[in-house]
Amino acid sequence: MTAGIRTPTATSTQPATDPASGTAADRVADPVGRPGEAAPTTVGTVDTPGTGTVGTAGTPGGPPPARHLLSAADLDLAGAVHVLDTAERLAQAIAGREVPKLPTLRGRTVVNLFFEDSTRTRISFELAAKRLSADVINFSAKGSSVSKGESLKDTALTLQAMGADAVVCRHPSSGAPHRLARWVDGHVVNAGDGTHEHPTQALLDAFTLRRHLAPGVTGRSGLEDRTVVVVGDVLHSRVARSNVLLLSTLGARVVLVAPPTLLPRGFEHWPVEVTYDLDAAVRRADAVMMLRVQRERMEGAFFPTPREYTRHFGLDERRRALLPEHGVVLHPGPMNRGVEITPQVADGNGSVIVEQVANGVLVRMAVLYLLLTGGLDGAR
Amino acid sequence: MAPARPETTSTDAASPAPPAADARTPGRLLAGPDIARTVDRMAHQILERTTGRTAVLVGIPTRGVHLAHRLSGRLRTFSGQAFPVGELDITLYRDDLRRRPPRSLGQTTLPDGGVEDATVILVDDVLYSGRTVRAALDALRDHGRPAQVQLAVLVDRGHRRLPIRADYVGKNVPTALADDVVVRLAEVDGVDEVELVRAP
Repeated sequence: MTAGIRTPTATSTQPATDPASGTAADRVADPVGRPGEAAPTTVGTVDTPGTGTVGTAGTPGGPPPARHLLSAADLDLAGAVHVLDTAERLAQAIAGREVPKLPTLRGRTVVNLFFEDSTRTRISFELAAKRLSADVINFSAKGSSVSKGESLKDTALTLQAMGADAVVCRHPSSGAPHRLARWVDGHVVNAGDGTHEHPTQALLDAFTLRRHLAPGVTGRSGLEDRTVVVVGDVLHSRVARSNVLLLSTLGARVVLVAPPTLLPRGFEHWPVEVTYDLDAAVRRADAVMMLRVQRERMEGAFFPTPREYTRHFGLDERRRALLPEHGVVLHPGPMNRGVEITPQVADGNGSVIVEQVANGVLVRMAVLYLLLTGGLDGAR
Repeated sequence: MAPARPETTSTDAASPAPPAADARTPGRLLAGPDIARTVDRMAHQILERTTGRTAVLVGIPTRGVHLAHRLSGRLRTFSGQAFPVGELDITLYRDDLRRRPPRSLGQTTLPDGGVEDATVILVDDVLYSGRTVRAALDALRDHGRPAQVQLAVLVDRGHRRLPIRADYVGKNVPTALADDVVVRLAEVDGVDEVELVRAP
């Protein structure tokens, strides 16, 4: 538990400035200009407006440590399949039981460290940890010492002193969980950092897709050569970033459909196809993933009017009908009903949005179980 | 109990094989036909104990599940009654999760009727420290409240660390702590045999 925090990766992504001056550490977003370092598939290094990114743990310095889940790129194919299979087994283990609780993580402490508002992710992690009998401490920035000006580092050291075995971190700054991982001995799970990544959301999406597109499959991805169309605000979406990474690891084809203003810089290096024609993309899709229009992150005008956005990039019943029979509709939530998706589609046939929420608990149980009993790739 | 099995305790320090009367030559303890006969005998013993009522056989992955299926097949042949089979993965209930690298989780499927108020017979290949059975009892408790739980094992190799004993034993094998008992079943390993690998 105490070994291996300062990984080789830590030094390679570290800017020359002194990282130990904890005072400004909440603003971890040193815009790390790392020309030439960005591998084509490492979307984590894409520069996004308003926030810099510290980058993924998968950057130079050897394979990332499996003791944290910071980026969907931390998982290779075998690792990703292992998490999905473990989630499937956990589902079996608690299915149909009066008490859906396992004693596995009894005596362990999981801290939910949320610097940004969240309902479903925090509750999902809390439920996942509780189903495994871990003790859960919820920490939100509101009503904590953070509102008195405590830095991320001091918060981290406090958690460290209290002996947190795992820290689930959501932060408005991209890269914050990566920083945190260097300061605490516990395992860090990225629960969404700025506009960067949200790996457990990608895992639950993949889990949901696999259950529908490859029912009963274990031991391999099951999503090979499937086409997943991701629609909307890719620019601000950590869900999209993590999904692109994970889905391509799992062998799926990812098609992005978005107005040019909502595509991040550098997307041409991503392992994706980009189109502006949603109708055509939906026709050959196995799944459509609608992204939320993140108005809280939009300072400028990214599209003329919501109505125009809806007409070009919204999913209504007409477009839903173009999707092949077996196709499914996903949305990470919360939805802007009537903007990116109509209520009829959200609640209609082929919508797996509610299932996604249920599957989120299973996938997060799998991640916590694997991290706290030896590492994401420990059982392979 | 202790005076009855002095040879088991005296071999704790990985000493050479116990006295000739009880000793086994290293190597194969049971071959294919022996295992079949042993399973038959255990099935009869189960019928004797359950006296006309059926029971749920719950196998512990991996080989315990296959043994449970074999027992269930024999029980049906001998009694005409169906003995439903389930499998119960106990990884999540192990007490050594902090110390050992994790294992992949196994399958858990219980028969439709569940285990509530049923006679449950846990089935495993080798009984050793008793920790696996302890974990299985804990796991079972979370699935319901059986009327009764019994334990059937193909090999009992001694060295219990917990107050647990088997109700049906295929073969008692005196071993040293450092020995290894390997059960191979055709369904998994392509061959039926039980081998005792002596510590060097």
